Amino acid sequence: MNQITPDSYVTADGRTIGGTVMEMKNITLRFGGVVAIKDISFDIRQGEIRAIIGPNGAGKSSMLNVISGFYNPQEGDVFYKGQKRPPMRPYQVARLGIARTFQNIALFEGMSVLDNVMTGRLHHMKAGLFSQALWKGRAEREEVENREAVEKIIDFLEIQSIRKTPVGRLPYGLKKRVELARALAAEPSILLLDEPMAGMNVEEKEDMSRFILDVNDEFGTTIALIEHDMGVVMDLSDRVVVMDYGKKIGDGTPDEVRNNQDVIDAYLGVAHD
Amino acid sequence: MFYREAGDFKTSYKDDNQTFPIKFDRYRYYAVLFVAFALVPFIVNDYWVNAMLLPFLIYSIAAIGLNILTGYCGQVSLGTGGFMAVGAYACYKFMTAFPEISIIVHVILSGGVTAAVCILFGLPSLRIKGFYLAVATLAAQFFLVWLFNRVPWFYNYSASGQINAPERTVLDIAVTGPNTDAWAKYMFCLVFLTFCALIARNLTRGTIGRTWMAIRDMDIAAEIIGVNPLKAKISAFGVSGFFVGIAGALLFAVYLGAAEAGDSFGITKSFLVLFMIIIGGLGSIFGSFAGAAFLVLLPVLLKNVLVGMLGWPTDLAAHLEFIIVGGLIILFLILEPHGLAQLWRVAKEKLRLWPFPH
Repeated sequence: MNQITPDSYVTADGRTIGGTVMEMKNITLRFGGVVAIKDISFDIRQGEIRAIIGPNGAGKSSMLNVISGFYNPQEGDVFYKGQKRPPMRPYQVARLGIARTFQNIALFEGMSVLDNVMTGRLHHMKAGLFSQALWKGRAEREEVENREAVEKIIDFLEIQSIRKTPVGRLPYGLKKRVELARALAAEPSILLLDEPMAGMNVEEKEDMSRFILDVNDEFGTTIALIEHDMGVVMDLSDRVVVMDYGKKIGDGTPDEVRNNQDVIDAYLGVAHD
Repeated sequence: MFYREAGDFKTSYKDDNQTFPIKFDRYRYYAVLFVAFALVPFIVNDYWVNAMLLPFLIYSIAAIGLNILTGYCGQVSLGTGGFMAVGAYACYKFMTAFPEISIIVHVILSGGVTAAVCILFGLPSLRIKGFYLAVATLAAQFFLVWLFNRVPWFYNYSASGQINAPERTVLDIAVTGPNTDAWAKYMFCLVFLTFCALIARNLTRGTIGRTWMAIRDMDIAAEIIGVNPLKAKISAFGVSGFFVGIAGALLFAVYLGAAEAGDSFGITKSFLVLFMIIIGGLGSIFGSFAGAAFLVLLPVLLKNVLVGMLGWPTDLAAHLEFIIVGGLIILFLILEPHGLAQLWRVAKEKLRLWPFPH
């Protein structure tokens, strides 16, 4: 298993991975009698792509929900940028700079792509009610400034041609991309992706992988992702956490995880005698 | 062909953020404003104003208010009648307590009072949703009407239990009371409607409008990207209440002149305004106008056709009117569930190409 080192290092492809930005310490999450997450600890380092994998029902999404504030774990602590994070509502977590996408797309169907992405910039906009009502001063200025930032992301993800289209009319693959755009618009320091490639064909997966790598490379965004496509996970991620039945069974570089006997057992099954 | 956006390029985001980004729309909007402000006041008579224009203007304000809450923020309210009563009674109290202050201030303050009451009754929306919230607002409707009927302080201990609008002037022209000219009433309400519509449009296209729509479309996702659900819902209730309160104040002070909570602001008012936004189009300012026009003008039109042109007896016509309006509502909702605003959008799409097929 990988030893946690406090100092930064440079990966084979030349990216610098910094120190720990988020640390989960002995997290336990229960729903009544069901233990979804059992005493899990792992860390996410600045600038890395961290994958969380595991068979269905392993507790991966619950883990992401703990990070994004949907669930407050019964035991254990979340450390963010070196400080213990008190129990928070999801919108407060978002303000700390943690953005996420969902396994089943959670876009605002009645709004245009542009409005969806603009909503992602909510905490960059501070104009008061009166300024907004009159569309003067700060409100008007902020609308233009944030539109510029949003247009950069729209360019980046190549969705210029659909910016005024209502999201409800878009095909699945594009919706996934718009959701990524909305999360990116917040300029997060950590981006959580819950199965970004689910239900995509090979070409769309390649596109999405490229976008994820580009986001990490250009914006230096730390990314934690859940994914079932092992090829994608092994290619993209710097380190991988493997979960099974709510427990952590592996943690390390893709190569280490691939050769871990517990992980192989979890995925391929093992004879119980 | 007639409705074209080709060649109408924007070079700045400010241009693209306009209320009417397309030139044709903008000119049509100016034309409507010109007709409404500069032509109509000179040609209207008492009948036109009292039967059609005044209720249309006032209900448009109420519909805009409810549309912000229900259409934009997704919170169903059946308390509109009660909230309009708050506006009316607040306006009455202000008018009688501070006669030296302008009626314009009174109407705006009534909107503020209603906003506060609306926020109070909106607080349960944080815990309850959908039909259950509708029932909670229904309680507001009945409670408020009961309150205004039972507490004499609200109607200044008058023997009849009614509130009567005293005469008030703007620039020495009477806008309330029995001696008011039709055009003055019309102008007074038109100015309020114009400002309300502008404010509503500005709010709904900006940050706060996006938080409302985010809550409406998917509240969980809204919260995850940083929308505070408390703030979003409460602000929608507040802004909605402000407009509904202004509509209630105008309905009482300018249109009715005298009111009694149960008769003028009963549950039927709540449904009327709710039908307006459903028929007009949820989540659309234009839809609020269209819905108000449909439900105010159609009965008048039918009455004129049936009684005036066909010479039918008035009582028969009155009953037929209900049947026809009801039938039309059902027909419209089957043909276009998203309301008149959607029909308008579809028509515009078609007009872009007409008469060519592609």
